[in-house]
Amino acid sequence: MLTDTLLTGFGAWNPIAWVIAFAVALFIAWIIQRMGEPDVPGEGESGKPYLSGNDEPTPEATHIGGSNLYWGCTEAMNGYYARIVPLHTGCLTDYVLWVLGTFALLVIFIGVL
Amino acid sequence: MMDFIIANAPALLIAVPMLGAFALPLIGRLGDTGRNGWILLITLVTAIIAVLLTWTVLSGGPVLYTFGAASPVDALPADSGGIPIRIVFTVDAFSAFMALFAAFVGFIVALYSIASERLSSGKDGYYALMLLLLVGILGMVTTGDLFNFFVFLEINSLAGAALVAYRIDKGVAVEAGLKYAFLTTLAGLMVLYAIGLLYGQYDSLNMALIASRMTYTMLDKVALALLVAGLALKAGAVPLHFWTPDAYSMAPAAITALLVVASQAGLYGLFRVLFSVYGLTLSYVTVGWAVIILGVLSMVVGVTMAIPQKDVKRLMAYHAVSQSGYMLLGVGVGLVVLGDAVAMEAFGRTAMEGGIFHIVNHAMYKGLLFLTAGAIFLYTGTRNLNKLGGLGHSMKWTMLFFIIGALAIAGIPPFNGFASKLMIYESVFAFSPVIAVIAMVVSVLTLASFVKVFHAIFMGPAQPRHAEAREVPLPMLVAMGALALLTILMGVFPEQIVSTLIEPAANALIDQGAYVATVLGGL
Repeated sequence: MLTDTLLTGFGAWNPIAWVIAFAVALFIAWIIQRMGEPDVPGEGESGKPYLSGNDEPTPEATHIGGSNLYWGCTEAMNGYYARIVPLHTGCLTDYVLWVLGTFALLVIFIGVL
Repeated sequence: MMDFIIANAPALLIAVPMLGAFALPLIGRLGDTGRNGWILLITLVTAIIAVLLTWTVLSGGPVLYTFGAASPVDALPADSGGIPIRIVFTVDAFSAFMALFAAFVGFIVALYSIASERLSSGKDGYYALMLLLLVGILGMVTTGDLFNFFVFLEINSLAGAALVAYRIDKGVAVEAGLKYAFLTTLAGLMVLYAIGLLYGQYDSLNMALIASRMTYTMLDKVALALLVAGLALKAGAVPLHFWTPDAYSMAPAAITALLVVASQAGLYGLFRVLFSVYGLTLSYVTVGWAVIILGVLSMVVGVTMAIPQKDVKRLMAYHAVSQSGYMLLGVGVGLVVLGDAVAMEAFGRTAMEGGIFHIVNHAMYKGLLFLTAGAIFLYTGTRNLNKLGGLGHSMKWTMLFFIIGALAIAGIPPFNGFASKLMIYESVFAFSPVIAVIAMVVSVLTLASFVKVFHAIFMGPAQPRHAEAREVPLPMLVAMGALALLTILMGVFPEQIVSTLIEPAANALIDQGAYVATVLGGL
């Protein structure tokens, strides 16, 4: 097992313990799944979920789309995104300016410092 | 036969895929079966040659191959005046490492493409360009000649641009291809101008000879700035990354996986120039910090730009930018302490090994993620995260492969991304705790981003609009499965990979004298 240990100079990392933990976690998950109902209980009204008397929404309506996730995070970082997103103009001439600007900074950084 | 192949492996590594590309219009007349067999044969043979070449280098030291010489190892014939006048391939452990995984990804991409492109037209051109892209990558990482490097860089860029634009897609892909072509040509011209400056001073195009004569004049500094800017652009480092979301998202999925390796060939060029051509003559602290700044900017801007994306491939493209930052950071820290033997042994070498290890890990898990994106697009026809959902019901294998790739890129143990990131975190922490914390936060944001993607694509009830979605054909599953398996194995057995491939590669970069001596014979 020692040969499987990655030495980083400051510590060590042996993935085998993690693999065992993964296997145990998967086994527990499998047991929990086995304890569940194999299918909805019956057809018709008895098989529908109870939603306080409301109709079951369509699959499209129940799925949370990608844009809705982390809305709060991106909104909280609005000040950052308001500056960084507009830099990605999609305009080739702007991108060429970025290349030339970066080159100029590198010349100063490498040539002078 | 085997001796001939091993003796000529550097040349065959380029010649075989080039022959495969130019023969494709003829082979294509045999039909799909013949073409598929040909492309698989060529990429498999190329991968086997790369394995043999790597084995030769790791067991016997760097391989020198002089084109047109009576003996391939004779770079300095008696009447040459001590100047390697012919084109020379100098394959050390770093070159062999890059060639090995590039050739492997080439085979995987070919395997995936025979299923993903089976209903498309223009396959002769597609595969010919794909093989030329592979030629460009392999040439860049094996040549020891600067002008030759430029030629392969151009082959790499032009073939890549043509492939980005290949499936026109109402003109959007053509626009992406145009941007990629223009910017990478600009990068190529910057590299060419730098080569001209070096040639004007040192009367040679050979990297080892230039390294042995390097005096670090003002012209050398300008050449270095040109090389860093040009190759950082090719690698997609911030703030030169603008082409990546367009090119990566519009290219066919299999090609995107290979474009990631093409960008890493740019990183290879950057590291080769910094360590092997300039080495200790440059102001390594200043230039090392420049590389670190590019790395940190790439990590932070890449991941934060990924979070709000709605197109899954654009999101992955920004993550590719972010992951490149880790490689720049690790190797940049090694460059800062290049002249400090104590610091190099304390943390510099580990940082470099982490950065180099991350290159191959990134090629595996990011290639895997782009292939899963292609699988999702195959039957749903959309990359929009707001229009996807519930695919876990019908694409279980693709979902499993996506989970493996997502956990690896987020640096979750025991996948390969964790091993290389751990090496980077710990070594960079000794150099600068603040930068190490930034690197860890970027990993957390990466995980958050991929949780979003996973939920948006695979979770939720089955969507009626994707009723046609089903598991992709077997070759695509096998290709994804091979990358997923390597992503796991390289994470579970990291020490074997590090001691076999990564340490020799890092040592080859650090030991400039050995690189020079390979060509000039012990100067």
